[in-house]
Amino acid sequence: MALSREQMAMRVARELRDGDYVNLGIGIPTLVANYIPAGIEVMLQSENGLLGMGEFPDETAVDADLINAGKQTVTAVKGASFFSSADSFAMIRGGHVDLTVLGAFEVDVTGAIASWMIPGKLIKGMGGAMDLVAGARNIIVTMMHADKAGNSKLLPQCTLPLTGVGCINTVLTDLALLHIHDGAFHLKELAPGVTIDEIRAKTAGKLVIPQQVATMVF
Amino acid sequence: MAGMNKVVNSYSEALSGLENRMTVMVGGFGLCGIPEGLINEMVRRQVTGLTAISNNAGVDDFGLGLLLQGHQISTMIASYVGENALFEQQMLSGELEVILTPQGSLAEKIRAGGAGIPAFFTATGYGTPVAEGKETREIDGRYYVLEPALTADFALIRAWKADTMGNLIYRHTAANFNPVMATAGKITVAEVEEIVEAGELDPDHIHTPGIYVDRVIQGRFEKRIEKRTVKSHNV
Repeated sequence: MALSREQMAMRVARELRDGDYVNLGIGIPTLVANYIPAGIEVMLQSENGLLGMGEFPDETAVDADLINAGKQTVTAVKGASFFSSADSFAMIRGGHVDLTVLGAFEVDVTGAIASWMIPGKLIKGMGGAMDLVAGARNIIVTMMHADKAGNSKLLPQCTLPLTGVGCINTVLTDLALLHIHDGAFHLKELAPGVTIDEIRAKTAGKLVIPQQVATMVF
Repeated sequence: MAGMNKVVNSYSEALSGLENRMTVMVGGFGLCGIPEGLINEMVRRQVTGLTAISNNAGVDDFGLGLLLQGHQISTMIASYVGENALFEQQMLSGELEVILTPQGSLAEKIRAGGAGIPAFFTATGYGTPVAEGKETREIDGRYYVLEPALTADFALIRAWKADTMGNLIYRHTAANFNPVMATAGKITVAEVEEIVEAGELDPDHIHTPGIYVDRVIQGRFEKRIEKRTVKSHNV
């Protein structure tokens, strides 16, 4: 069984370390905030100028001046700070953000990522994604392993315009957790009920399968 | 205006000197922290051929979307333009030139412009379409793209509080691009929620010193929310 969006978020949340500053992208990465493990304290960075992003507000606490990078109204936690976009990206580009989680259309065996533009379709812009992938110390990409026709999105070489090169080291798909290094995808964990053969069939880039592969438990 | 008093009393005075084909920076992230009244005044003045530098392009009927309605913008420098159908039409028809710029590079290009730095190297965008036609350089084993600075004829920003000398304080995430843009305009106009006398703001709490600010106007804000999201809709 492929992982649900919530399960993907739960699995990513297990990668959080106590004391991490974390930037969560739009979509599945945003859901990670709902599954921060007990006993772990992290601060969420929102690139529009907030460190210490909290949950969505109560109806009475909605504030037009307090939004996240997805333009949703949010709250600020105790110990939060606000700053300009230049300061925000100094944190990001300067490597001060410990972990970035973001979505992608494609990744490849060199750690390149394509996430912002499909030629011929509407171009909305890269937002902060290029800065985030260039700057974070550790990046986890959450994405579908293959498209609806079964075509792999884990490639020998990305085909879409790139967001960044040589920057992605961990990919969580709906089917598996993989690391990227030495020009290959290294299978680390399988989603419950997913077979190694399915991963083989749906991974176009070079795939390394260790003797023992754990299965995720939820 | 007299001496260090930057306060102007009308939007017309606030944008005095704004002409066709000028470059205008407009603060804000989405609809958060935009100088609403100054945008409306640009619409009223019917200036055209503008180069607009702003993280986003507003929505169809608010923010910079209002300038698009009047076909007033010919070039847009932004990082994300996803929420605006009008923008899409004008971009696809070729009427509007769009220079998509990574958000952090956009902020730093503006910061550099205000700080007198003509260009800088950044790893952002290396190996991507953003780097095409730009100088690249290897520094200590990593590759970087040379990004030129940005300045503007007018920087239109929004702040929370100002004193009469143009010292500014921003509120929450309405700061976003406003503090950097304040530094990068030949003429910087701050539309604010409250103006107090000089001396009433604690100098320790001022975000933008008045040296960067040429005009201050008491604003009127709708503060429209683009994606109102509350707790009960969480998860």
